Amino acid sequence: MVPSSELVARVQAGEPAAIARLISRAEQGAPEARDALTRIYKLAGLAEIIGITGVPGSGKSTLVAKLTEKLRANGVKVGVIAIDPSSPYSGGAILGDRIRMAELAGDPGVYIRSMATHGASGGLAHAALEAADILDVAGFGTIIVETVGVGQDEVEIVKASHTTVVVSAPGLGDEVQAIKAGILEIADIHVVSKCDRSDANRTVVELKQMLTLGSKAKDAKPPWQPPVIGTSAVSGDGFDALLEAIERHRATAAGGPLGRERRLAIAQFRLKKTAETMLLRRFADDFAQDGAALARRLTCRETDPYSVAAEFLEQTTFCESHGARHEPDGRSKIA
Amino acid sequence: MASPIRILLAKVGLDGHDRGVKVVARALRDAGMDVIYSGLHRTPDEVVTAAIQEDVDVLGVSLLSGVQMTVFPKIFARLKQEGANDMIVVAGGVMPDEDVVALKKMGVSEVLLQDTPPEKIVSRLRELVAQRGAR
Ligand SMILES: Nc1nc2c(ncn2[C@@H]2O[C@H](COP(=O)(O)OP(=O)(O)OP(=O)(O)O)[C@@H](O)[C@H]2O)c(=O)[nH]1
Ligand SMILES: [Mg+2]
Repeated sequence: MVPSSELVARVQAGEPAAIARLISRAEQGAPEARDALTRIYKLAGLAEIIGITGVPGSGKSTLVAKLTEKLRANGVKVGVIAIDPSSPYSGGAILGDRIRMAELAGDPGVYIRSMATHGASGGLAHAALEAADILDVAGFGTIIVETVGVGQDEVEIVKASHTTVVVSAPGLGDEVQAIKAGILEIADIHVVSKCDRSDANRTVVELKQMLTLGSKAKDAKPPWQPPVIGTSAVSGDGFDALLEAIERHRATAAGGPLGRERRLAIAQFRLKKTAETMLLRRFADDFAQDGAALARRLTCRETDPYSVAAEFLEQTTFCESHGARHEPDGRSKIA
Repeated sequence: MASPIRILLAKVGLDGHDRGVKVVARALRDAGMDVIYSGLHRTPDEVVTAAIQEDVDVLGVSLLSGVQMTVFPKIFARLKQEGANDMIVVAGGVMPDEDVVALKKMGVSEVLLQDTPPEKIVSRLRELVAQRGAR
């Protein structure tokens, strides 16, 4: 097993196998990789991250492929993280986003990584953002993250990007799917895909109506108003406009309060997820160790679940590492 | 929680059938694996690039068109070039016995012929990944 710390320099050199392995370690939440990922975090921050979401089948992967082609033509190296849901029954997943990106398969300037929602034992958000950092350090200038816009984790991950694109498609039943999925508000840019279809215009019109209703007319003009852009993978229309809108959003945010707020929100999300993951892991480990013994006191009803849980949580939450336990006087020591 | 086994299923060559691969993909997913499907008509280079980027445990290449003896040497050459020596390579499809022998000599870990029951595929893949150990 190659130590993760040795992978960092190889990631910086852009070596695909090293990038791949370090992403896997991040997904596994391997403690061994922590130092390496600490270094990655400090080295990252150069890449532009674009989040793309929308209901299933709305054309996200097709859009990612088209966008990537355009970016490649401008000489930008592109990393793609495509997240698909795991089966709730088996925990397994079929990850099919690559099928739509077949055209990009031979290009060394494109790195595509598929991720399953349950595949990351260290937490999905954690793994996805760490994967983005790893690709960033490996020299990919733009990183596109695709998730299905259902499920809180998936939506939050896409929100934690510099520019968020929400895709709606005609003919999927509900005209304004973003509303139903609760993702209307997170869009910096709205895309209506499949505009080669005759019913697409209705989706565009309804979406625009929804957006005007949503914005308070009397307010001062906000620094950014989400545009609605129609695209068609069949004719190729709209992708230049989309790229231009992404660039405009980047320029509006750069250096200004919009960008500062966004970066702080992303960092805050990152911190929350990291703390959550650490806490859950500690909780699981400590409970495996002490749970049965504590539960025994409950079976004879000499005490109650609230008191025992509070006692357990105090130990778990405030102990630096495993084995550290609070003494009766409140100080902790290593047992 | 241990990470699921990751496998890339790729179709190489000109034949346009992927019903079989899709059945296998579902069986593997139902056995708790993460299955990346790359679509039809992939070249050996594309398949290896994808397998490396995805850091799969197993690269499963399915072919019906009788091109195995030209495809697998290219796959192994490319894997070696990329330094991915711990990738488990499995072949699937239809082929004569002498090719099975030759492929195994070349480094293919298992040849799963077309009528192999899904349970057998699942158990064999688990076995191969367990034998390889942590990486
Ligand atoms: N007519 C038309 N069809 C499109 C267009 N874009 C995508 N499609 C089709 O829509 C279907 C879904 O496309 P994908 O790109 O896989 O959609 P997705 O949102 O990534 O799907 P999931 O990842 O499964 O949620 C495919 O059959 C595409 O061929 C378009 O611009 N026009
Ligand atoms: Mg997709």
